[in-house]
Amino acid sequence: MSLKGAGYIVGAWEHPTRKATDKSVTLLHAECAAGALADAGLSKDDVDGYYCAGDAPGLGPMSMIDYMGLKVRHMDSTDVGGSSYQVAVGHALQAIATGRANVCLITLAGRPRSEGQATGTAPRAGSPSQPEMQFEYPYGPATANMYAMCAMRHMHEYGTTSEQLAWIKVAASHHAQYNEHAMLRDVVTVEDVVNSPMVASPLHRLDCCVISDGGGALIVTKPEIAKSLKRPLVKVIGVGEAAKNQSGGEVDLTYSAARWSGPPAWAMAGIKPSDIKYASIYDSFTITVLMQLEDLGFCEKGQGGKFVMDGNLISGVGKLPFNTDGGGLCSNHPANRGGITKIIEAVRQLRGEAHPKVQVPNCDLAIAHGTGGSLGTRHVGSTVILERE
Amino acid sequence: MAYVQRKIPFVGTADTNPETKPFFDGATAGKLVIPQCVQTKKYIWYPRGISPFTLGPVEWKEVSGEGTVYTYSVMERANPPYCIAYVTLAEGPKMMTNIVDIDFKDVKIGMKVKLKFINTEDGQAMPFFAPA
Repeated sequence: MSLKGAGYIVGAWEHPTRKATDKSVTLLHAECAAGALADAGLSKDDVDGYYCAGDAPGLGPMSMIDYMGLKVRHMDSTDVGGSSYQVAVGHALQAIATGRANVCLITLAGRPRSEGQATGTAPRAGSPSQPEMQFEYPYGPATANMYAMCAMRHMHEYGTTSEQLAWIKVAASHHAQYNEHAMLRDVVTVEDVVNSPMVASPLHRLDCCVISDGGGALIVTKPEIAKSLKRPLVKVIGVGEAAKNQSGGEVDLTYSAARWSGPPAWAMAGIKPSDIKYASIYDSFTITVLMQLEDLGFCEKGQGGKFVMDGNLISGVGKLPFNTDGGGLCSNHPANRGGITKIIEAVRQLRGEAHPKVQVPNCDLAIAHGTGGSLGTRHVGSTVILERE
Repeated sequence: MAYVQRKIPFVGTADTNPETKPFFDGATAGKLVIPQCVQTKKYIWYPRGISPFTLGPVEWKEVSGEGTVYTYSVMERANPPYCIAYVTLAEGPKMMTNIVDIDFKDVKIGMKVKLKFINTEDGQAMPFFAPA
């Protein structure tokens, strides 16, 4: 049974806050849920499937279901970090296709900025029973230096340069200038990026995403309900998920799990990368974007540096407009998890509701790819391909 | 950027995951002891009590402590800065570590390094690598 077209995204809402000192994480989740339901033209009582990740307050999805007064017959709290929301879309499709749910609500929220978290530079100790923890934590694996080790090896093997990586940030900043909610709205140059302070070599401050509060929510539903609503039809035509790690010591940091999550999604959709009009690509760091573009097949492996140069990712300028809301690099990275905002901006593009300055003309096919965890140790890549019907 | 030894954190105790005791006993004795998959003969990192290649048994073996830098990054935002790396052991697997006793500008991918044990704040010796 193919899941192609089993579900439509009928509601997509991003919280406008970037700093929420006056709200709890649960309230942010609930506000996002209300926003997405209103966007879809549905009500709380229509929801019969609920999805969050393991970071939502409470045990699995239980406290959030309680807090929001939901009555559901299907739920999932798979936590694979920032790509949990792409995974949730795929799992919602499975639930819809098998009759386990009709209206699936997916929520994300968090406030690392209000809580003063140094997301990228402070190693976080987990439980010592986490099997790798005792053999990694002593070495100071923060987020930034894990991705930096991928960048260093990519540069070594393929000749990728800091200037090429900088073009990814430059493109994001060109888009963010039109997003009134973006944290960083100033257009930056390649020189600005490579001259910004080094955080973890070879990644500079402007190679890193922002730390923000906020959240988002999606509503995925079956075709019959989607067609009864008054919103443009955004059909899910491809999904894929894959985990990549250190493979018992056979480490290769030059590629991501997108190499494995992409092919099933492309096959299900029956399209190829050159058909895509708009791409939301997870952008925790510039190197994240470059590696995922290669691994999803937008260019040959090792050619990502050349692909992103000269504004090729800028809407209206290049061949592959990406992250037209400014993405994690400029707009927001709520809860340190950027997957859901990637899907939300893809939905805006397919509906023709992106900012007019960045709207891609006749945008009918889009991809939203996420990476959760750490490219340098273990991560999950998840791919969603969407079509405007 | 001259090398300054930082304080090394540790979580849990050497008994937290009992089956990895041979690694910690080895480290305390100044030896790098890691699991080898009995069936495939591949060495495994990080240490664990079952082979991720077969879900079969492992044997604990001392390895040479010789390696080369696969990749690295200097965390310049930290005080003091430190150089995290993956080192490819002569026996095959790549392990996360720090490169120590070197001016960080001299660290290069492919450079030969050798094992050095340094105690964490908890007193547990852990493997690090210095220029060979």
